[in-house]
Amino acid sequence: MLRDKAVTGMQLTLIIAALLILSSIGYAMGRRRAVAAGRGGALRLHSRPSYHGAYVALWCALPSLLLLVLWSIAEPRLAEWLLIARLPDSIRALDPDRLGLLVLDVKNLAVGNIVSREIDPALQAAAEGYNRFLTLSTAAMVVVAISIGVVGAARAIRGVSPAFRARNQVEKVARNIMLAASIIAVLTTVGIVLSLLFEALRFFDQVPFFDFLFGTRWSPQTALRADQVGASGEFGAVPLFAGTLLITVIAMCVATPVGLFSAIYMSEYAGPRFRATAKPMLEILAGVPTVVYGFFAALTVAPFVRGVGESIGLSVASESALAAGGVMGIMIIPFISSLSDDVMNAVPQSLRDGAYALGATKSETIRQVIFPAALPGIVGGMLLAVSRAIGETMIVVMAAGLAANLTANPLEAVTTVTVQIVTLLVGDQEFDSAKTLAAFALGLVLFTATLALNVVALYVVRKYREKYD
Amino acid sequence: MQTATLTDVTVNAGHLGGVVKLRGASAAKMTARDVNVYYGEAQALRQVDLDIGEKRITALIGPSGCGKSTFLRCLNRMNDVIEGCRVTGRIEMDGEDIYDTALDVVRLRARVGMVFQKPNPFPKSIFDNIAYGPRIHGFANHKNDLDEIVQTSLERAGLWLEVKDRLAAPGTGLSGGQQQRLCIARAIAVDPDVILMDEPCSALDPIATAKIEELMDELRTSLTIVIVTHSMQQAARVSQHTAFFHLGSLIECGDTDEIFTNPQDERTQGYITGRFG
Ligand SMILES: Nc1ncnc2c1ncn2[C@@H]1O[C@H](COP(=O)(O)OP(=O)(O)O)[C@@H](O)[C@H]1O
Ligand SMILES: [Mg+2]
Repeated sequence: MLRDKAVTGMQLTLIIAALLILSSIGYAMGRRRAVAAGRGGALRLHSRPSYHGAYVALWCALPSLLLLVLWSIAEPRLAEWLLIARLPDSIRALDPDRLGLLVLDVKNLAVGNIVSREIDPALQAAAEGYNRFLTLSTAAMVVVAISIGVVGAARAIRGVSPAFRARNQVEKVARNIMLAASIIAVLTTVGIVLSLLFEALRFFDQVPFFDFLFGTRWSPQTALRADQVGASGEFGAVPLFAGTLLITVIAMCVATPVGLFSAIYMSEYAGPRFRATAKPMLEILAGVPTVVYGFFAALTVAPFVRGVGESIGLSVASESALAAGGVMGIMIIPFISSLSDDVMNAVPQSLRDGAYALGATKSETIRQVIFPAALPGIVGGMLLAVSRAIGETMIVVMAAGLAANLTANPLEAVTTVTVQIVTLLVGDQEFDSAKTLAAFALGLVLFTATLALNVVALYVVRKYREKYD
Repeated sequence: MQTATLTDVTVNAGHLGGVVKLRGASAAKMTARDVNVYYGEAQALRQVDLDIGEKRITALIGPSGCGKSTFLRCLNRMNDVIEGCRVTGRIEMDGEDIYDTALDVVRLRARVGMVFQKPNPFPKSIFDNIAYGPRIHGFANHKNDLDEIVQTSLERAGLWLEVKDRLAAPGTGLSGGQQQRLCIARAIAVDPDVILMDEPCSALDPIATAKIEELMDELRTSLTIVIVTHSMQQAARVSQHTAFFHLGSLIECGDTDEIFTNPQDERTQGYITGRFG
């Protein structure tokens, strides 16, 4: 399997390289021709020669690249369809699952991998046919792609003339490439959301929607055998929501004051030199890998919290929401401080002057004029920080534990939505068990929550923008 | 931020001989003697001596960059908030040194208000814009007092009729001319003795400008106004005294009529007749 992929990957790279070389030749030729046309003709060139060159290059590369994409999508399907069509009737009559396994075996056989059954001549023949088709198809693809490139380039070169508006054509192509890129991005998002939705719906076939949303017990073990003890898992997600909320609140309690005050200090009090060094240093906090925060929380902060708690007679779990939330708070400080600093800097100096000229002191000016004016932007930054906190996994896995306790006590272990998604999917899973599908339902909830937060944040920030420009 | 420091406060009698006395001036509300201002190393004002007549409008004119705004900001110590700015010399208001270290700059700015070139209402409601000053200085103990201050300030600024039905609307939603009158009302609301205006009409259309000029004429009965303007006509229309600055020095000052009809210095003559500037 691996060897096979490497080869096709290599072939693809070679073809693309060939196309690139071809189109650079096309570019040079188109350019040269345009220069010649401009010199000889009575008309002035509409577009500069480089645009003519680019036009030729695009005609050379784009259609064949498009073909390559379509071909690589269609090829495996076609090959499989042919493979099945050529199998003996007795085999084709098998039920779809077993047929699928058999087809897999044939493919493995074709590339020389280990096969899970005895090789009979029919299978051998099918594998050879499959191989032959693939070789043929690849060769055909190379030939067709290169010739399309050549034909396209030749056509475009013939079209070069002083009056030809190559510049506008290139512009149009550029626009469409951007459009295609954004459509891909949007479609991917839509695809992810839809797959989340459909898998979640499958989950809700097995577990009632309201039991999931309002149930207070979470123990997602489903049985391997129907007669096992505790055979049916419980999927009440409230403890997870509560844990997420608790940790997020703790994180925001740490991040909001520190972030906000450091932003105020940086934008209103600190000199430019301090600001120029302190701001990037704060921003580094957001760049530290979360796994580093995780072991910092688990190995340093959690024992410290436990030690302090015990010395004043409190019982603290060795994995506590407080440790995880606190460390997460440190991590999201820059979301608040950096954004707030930016928006407070964007408050026009004229407003500060206006307040000072009325006899306001510096701190009055900050509290009563600058802060309210910057508030929408600050709220936007805080919402971003919240959605980051909700989505954070690693710190919680390492420092807050896995126990789905329904508690508001920050000294106990809790777990969050993201952590449970991880634990549901780690290890070998059946793809249609409630346990696995629960991850999709949780993912959907998470997605909805962060989407809502982001929409609110965007709305708030947009409103702020309208006020000043 | 660096506080402006006052080093040479000694004004000797010999130097006072050089002070340009305002001809026919009333009592001086503010006096500036020997004022030098530096931005870092660069000197923006040199040896400025000027009296600001009480309940008069004094116009500061001169080409761009000659130091008019700088001088204006000396009068309410707004230069304090500019990094690297240093003021020397002596400026008095009612005989009291405003650069005295014992003086509370916050009280000074309540007595010497300022209106800027670009209207700068706070992003708050019209009411809160006006009420801001009285609130921070504790002028109004009751809601009723505050309502009254807001209303009288808006009336004195000639804006009351236009906004009385929408006091809760944001101040930034008004037109440019209305915003500038709102800023004047905001300055009036703390009941200052002096109002400094730095090119208050340069962002406004002629009709809004006429309204502000009218307003200034009314305000003159109760307070002292210093206005920086680039418009000779405006200076001639509204002011009683005019001071001409050039390259950081005060060249000439006196009654507006005198300055415009019979300037003593040829640079003044050149500027007001439009030969340079
Ligand atoms: N904040 C500042 N920092 C440095 N130099 C300044 C600053 N403000 C004004 N200046 C300089 O001081 C001089 C006088 O400026 P200003 O008082 O604004 O002139 P005017 O208001 O008459 O046009 C100018 O040369 C200007 O460049
Ligand atoms: Mg100026």
